[in-house]
Amino acid sequence: MAQRLVDLLKNQFALAVLETHAQHGDETVVLDPGSWHEVCRFLRDAPPAQMNMLTDLTAVDYPERDPRFEVVAHLYSLQHGHRLRLKTRVGDRSGEGANVDSLTDLWGSANWMERECFDMFGIRFVGHPDLRRILMYPEFVGHPLRRDYPAERIQPLVPYREGVNNEKLPPFRSFEGMPFGRQTHQESGPLGSGSDPELFPESLLPNGSNASS
Amino acid sequence: MGELRSGKGVDVEVTPGAIHMEPIVVDGFATTRLKDLLAWAQKYSLFMCPFVTACCGMEFMGVTSPRYDLARFGAEVPRFSPRQSDLLWVVGTITQRQAPILKRIYEQMAEPKWVVAFGTCASCGGFYDNYATVAGIDKIVPCDVYIPGCPPRPEGVLDGLMLLMDKIARRDTRPAIVKPRVDPVDLPTHGLVQLSKKRDSVA
Repeated sequence: MAQRLVDLLKNQFALAVLETHAQHGDETVVLDPGSWHEVCRFLRDAPPAQMNMLTDLTAVDYPERDPRFEVVAHLYSLQHGHRLRLKTRVGDRSGEGANVDSLTDLWGSANWMERECFDMFGIRFVGHPDLRRILMYPEFVGHPLRRDYPAERIQPLVPYREGVNNEKLPPFRSFEGMPFGRQTHQESGPLGSGSDPELFPESLLPNGSNASS
Repeated sequence: MGELRSGKGVDVEVTPGAIHMEPIVVDGFATTRLKDLLAWAQKYSLFMCPFVTACCGMEFMGVTSPRYDLARFGAEVPRFSPRQSDLLWVVGTITQRQAPILKRIYEQMAEPKWVVAFGTCASCGGFYDNYATVAGIDKIVPCDVYIPGCPPRPEGVLDGLMLLMDKIARRDTRPAIVKPRVDPVDLPTHGLVQLSKKRDSVA
């Protein structure tokens, strides 16, 4: 159904439409980033389109491509019931220059979605009224959904307690834990031995002084 | 309760500003009896502060509802102020952004205080192994009882509460974990586990 829209865009913006394709009935138009806002305004206001709902706006990181990021917007028309997916490609290999026009003046829902996109991918939306992080905390460095963000890198706001087993491991071995009652998994250690003093030395425990009573 | 009166000659040492009850009377069997009495009183009057952040909260509501009835254990009163509570339930995933709040809530609680990690996410981060999540609240605050499960069954939560009460009664501050009542490998009806048992027997 939205093929009509794709043809309309091809006629109206011959230079801006870089490529189009349709997959499983979903039409996609890849746009030049310079005309991103202009085409979106046309799609919102033109009577045959009337895309008055911005369903989603996000980005994809392809680190091997040269315009590295693909900003993806999904539009929907409540009047006509048709959908269209718009894409544009921004940013170089290092992630710099990822600038694209903000759509906040066209759809109010673009505000938080663009903030999330900026937070996760570091894409700058030019003209956004309040481009701050929305999910991560302001002290966070980097953009976690970029492919070059290390998977194991965490940035704690509170320093972790020292001496605790800080690796991501099960905190107990099978014979530990339940010092009373049934001991279904007890392998070694006397009844009531509790947990392992190697993993949990008494000096680290709360009220460690009276642990031995 | 004549034993509780500390007679002459018992050295009473009061540390200024001390929070623990233990240093008040240091010697003699009367001391241990008093501690036991206090521990017995504490374990049946746990005032809980739910710190609910995620889907485990639904199970927490279930376990506090009349069907499972935490009131049987004297732990039915939720105090939504950490200053009035002595049992902190950390129910759900703790993100890095949430961690300072959790630490502050914990520090606001008065001694004696206990912390229960409710569910896998609070215990070790669960499957959230990423930039946003604290892999276990014991990285932030000391934890007394871990209740695994995603989410844990109410029976497991009751087990965890009884475990904590037992720890309080014995004044054992080492962390503990709730174990399953039945080893799943022993269940003959559990198809997946049966397969793994067969594979183990071949190998």
